[in-house]
Amino acid sequence: MLKQVFKRPQKGKIFRDSLVRELDDLGNKSLGISAFIAFFVGGVVAIQTALNVDNPMIPKYLIGFATKRSIILEFAPTFISIILAGKVGSFITSSIGTMRVTEQIDALEVMGINSLNYLVLPKIITTIFFYPFIISIAIFLGIFGGWVAGELTGLFSSTDYIDGIQLEFKSFFYVYAMIKTMVFAFVIATIPAYHGYYVKGGSLEVGRSSTRAVVWTSVTIIVLNYFLTQMLLS
Amino acid sequence: MIEVKDIHKSFGDAHVLKGISATFEAGKTSLIIGQSGSGKTVFIKSLLGLHTPEKGDICYDGKNYGNMSTDERRYLRKEIGMVFQGSALFDSSTVEENVMFPLKMFTNQSKSEMLERVNFVLNRVDLVDANNKYPSELSGGMQKRVAIARAIVMKPKYLFCDEPNSGLDPRTAILIDNLIQEITDEYNIITVINTHDMNSVMEIGEKIIFLQHGIKEWEGTSNDIFKTDNKAVTDFVYSSNLFKKVRQAYLMEDKK
Ligand SMILES: Nc1ncnc2c1ncn2[C@@H]1O[C@H](COP(=O)(O)OP(=O)(O)O)[C@@H](O)[C@H]1O
Ligand SMILES: [Mg+2]
Repeated sequence: MLKQVFKRPQKGKIFRDSLVRELDDLGNKSLGISAFIAFFVGGVVAIQTALNVDNPMIPKYLIGFATKRSIILEFAPTFISIILAGKVGSFITSSIGTMRVTEQIDALEVMGINSLNYLVLPKIITTIFFYPFIISIAIFLGIFGGWVAGELTGLFSSTDYIDGIQLEFKSFFYVYAMIKTMVFAFVIATIPAYHGYYVKGGSLEVGRSSTRAVVWTSVTIIVLNYFLTQMLLS
Repeated sequence: MIEVKDIHKSFGDAHVLKGISATFEAGKTSLIIGQSGSGKTVFIKSLLGLHTPEKGDICYDGKNYGNMSTDERRYLRKEIGMVFQGSALFDSSTVEENVMFPLKMFTNQSKSEMLERVNFVLNRVDLVDANNKYPSELSGGMQKRVAIARAIVMKPKYLFCDEPNSGLDPRTAILIDNLIQEITDEYNIITVINTHDMNSVMEIGEKIIFLQHGIKEWEGTSNDIFKTDNKAVTDFVYSSNLFKKVRQAYLMEDKK
């Protein structure tokens, strides 16, 4: 499958048009939900951390510090990717699956078009290059959400939090988050595309495939997350 | 000419095509008829390489499809037009975009040249003022017309139609049949049509192949089909009273 996907597109102009369309379908339309979730999860992480470090021996700025770390390392790249696996994954499976069962993929093939390349490559490119952008925004909004939570609950002060998030900035952590994001983005584009492309039957099967695709995508992300963490951080 | 020699196709335990041979010639409309489930769609898709037969040869103008490389196949497919049973239009694109798609993909024509060709073929299938509509906004007959327009926009040498008039009212069905026949004559195309509709046989069948249970049970012309004694064919053809009368008329004519 991947060998056909990664062939050179047959027509540059059509490929660019597809990229623009996918950027809207898979990219722009995921921004809102990712931002929303990141903001609230950031708030929750900050509150949880604050409640867990109520020991007066521990300096308050550690709340900001720990919140930032968990958001960069896990909550933004992994959590948001799982959400996108559900949202974008089911969209990819159902749109490609519908094309399969209504013979639109056969129609492409009969025209002499490499349908895997035409349908899947733009999705992979879009997710790999656009999701780091989404996750970066999520990191920012998550940390911001933590600050807002502090202001609203009064559990920690604004200056402590800001001191905390400025403490020990390790750019490798950010790089690590982006590496994870790109790997997950690849998974989010390919596993659902596979499930859609090879679906057999009618609309009921397309629905079932979408569910299966989301489950497999999420499981794969979780397992890969474990190995990537071990490989990159230890 | 397309030559098909003894093709077999199975899905798991189901042996769907059990050794079918046939030839299809330029400028002729050949009909594959048979009950639902007799293997018509699998046959036509095997000719196109959408299914890979386990056994047998398919030759396009002397070149064996089975021996072609992926690129050679893609090249051949540019000379093939196909009208799918459900039309298979790209539902996120307009009529104009659907028909223009092959041109965009495979030619370097300017936008206005492409548009001219698109309008020409849309005109040819009697579809005007539908350029900016989406497939979901069209009736079944109009969708079929768009599918035909898309299939012929690249001036194919081979045209395949899978039940082009199923689900259409009798009048529209006949118009679509005649349209395909005219296009075949006009451009000297090799046309193969799947159908279970005896009206099409009356209208356009020049060569008829009758499939049953994955076997070519009978082959002949539309005149022959009303005279044959082949039990499988007569059971199929005379399932309706109308065609019982047609048969009588044919036999009377012969006696005269
Ligand atoms: N992709 C497939 N997988 C399994 N069985 C199939 C497939 N396509 C067709 N069949 C079976 O092959 C037989 C012939 O189908 P088909 O060619 O669609 O008949 P029809 O003459 O109505 O077009 C049917 O019994 C069908 O169930
Ligand atoms: Mg069929």
